[in-house]
Amino acid sequence: MENKRIGGHYSHRYDAELEEVVNRVLAMGGLVEAQLSNALQAFIDGDSQIAQEVTENDTRVNTFEVTIDERCVEILARRQPAALDLRLIVAVIKTITDLERIGDLAVAVARMAQRQAEGDRPRKQVFRDIETMGNRVISMLAGALDAFARMDAASAVSVVKQDFAIDSDHEAIMRQNVTYMMEDPRNISRLLDISHAVRALERVGDHARNMCEYTIYFVKGRDVRHIDLSEMEAIVHDKAPANE
Amino acid sequence: MSQTNPAATSMTAGLFEGATRKVRSLADEEIAVTVENLDLYYGDSQALKQITMQIPAKRVTAFIGPSGCGKSTLLRCFNRMNDLVDSCRIEGAINLHGENIYRRGADVAELRRRVGMVFQKPNPFPKTIYENVAYGLRLQGVKNKRVLDEVVERSIKSVGLWDEVKDRLQSNAFGLSGGQQQRLVIARAIAIEPEVILLDEPTSALDPISTAKIEELVEELKQQYTIMIVTHNMQQAARVSDYTAYMYLGELIEYADTMHLFTNPSQKATEDYITGRYG
Repeated sequence: MENKRIGGHYSHRYDAELEEVVNRVLAMGGLVEAQLSNALQAFIDGDSQIAQEVTENDTRVNTFEVTIDERCVEILARRQPAALDLRLIVAVIKTITDLERIGDLAVAVARMAQRQAEGDRPRKQVFRDIETMGNRVISMLAGALDAFARMDAASAVSVVKQDFAIDSDHEAIMRQNVTYMMEDPRNISRLLDISHAVRALERVGDHARNMCEYTIYFVKGRDVRHIDLSEMEAIVHDKAPANE
Repeated sequence: MSQTNPAATSMTAGLFEGATRKVRSLADEEIAVTVENLDLYYGDSQALKQITMQIPAKRVTAFIGPSGCGKSTLLRCFNRMNDLVDSCRIEGAINLHGENIYRRGADVAELRRRVGMVFQKPNPFPKTIYENVAYGLRLQGVKNKRVLDEVVERSIKSVGLWDEVKDRLQSNAFGLSGGQQQRLVIARAIAIEPEVILLDEPTSALDPISTAKIEELVEELKQQYTIMIVTHNMQQAARVSDYTAYMYLGELIEYADTMHLFTNPSQKATEDYITGRYG
């Protein structure tokens, strides 16, 4: 990937090192995205085979995390990066932590899928809602990775907004689950599993949001964690005061 | 077990809950030196162009930039070292605590007492260690042995050299290592109690350990003195300074809080320079 923000050093080797790190993050992101989408499919279809594959693939995600961290430490030690190079390395180190956590959550969903596959399946409506929410989560993760790949703060902030819809999906499904549980207590244990899976999906949204925040930090040099959306937008669109 | 441990609470309050680091601003600083519209020419070529800046008191201000950008030239303006260059012409003003050092009739010797300078290569006098440090005081006419002894000891101690040289104060200063010589020269500079210390690439001829000692010393000296340092080593500027000025082709491109400049510079030219990119 030729990236103008990364390249242009007197040392071409340095350009190559940074590009390699970014490419690895994108490869890891692609893998995690696939893991999540497979876990969701396994969950909806009750396919324990796919669920098993997701569980086994998690070690690949972990390996990505460890090797990318290693590269970053090496760059810090050898190059003492400054300004946007430094921010890139910090953003990468943090992004892959969130990606790895998303990988773990995909495994959690896959485990629930395996348990679901073993018994009777609850009513269709439950799965339809989860599928809708799951697709939203997958699209948010894809958006976060895309914003990182293009180093685009404006698209990162628009991805952050998607988290609100996910949170309300989560709330609605949880409410519904409680109703089903009250209708027939025999469903409780099964619906608890479903609630765990839905909770995992909701957490993926939070991690994707974090990733967007790191991209904004990299591009704008401003820490946008723990602030509200309007403030974040002002920073991204250069309407906020330069520095507090 | 439900009671909060007060010690733990007070500890965490200090360590973890503090506000994020505030970007330093010159507006909050006491200003020691101001530079106003400074132009400097060597013959026909202009080496400094309309430099205007404020240097905060008891802070370390670093000047960085590629060779020939004018950073050493600017540093030399602060104690009028450029007066020694025949073809040099200066316009504009530098005010040290409100007084223009380039005003007609300014006492240059007195200025150089107030603004000490340390160079790239250690330049002790061919005298004893003791006499090197006592030199400035003797020039001022101090003869009292007790006063001289006291100042020599205090100055050498404050550069962290005392334990290394106390038993050979009467030996020739050339017998010291490069790093020791450089600290001796700094001791010589502070013996006459200057207000400002100018450091022109003070560690570029030193090994990493001597460099670390000088950097540590700079950190201590800024409690008492206003320090300006020119360095080619950007990591050094990042380590030791509170404010950093980036210069290019005789112009001041960016001047800001050091951490801000090294993590999120405002100017593309600064970013290209500190990240090692071609602009």
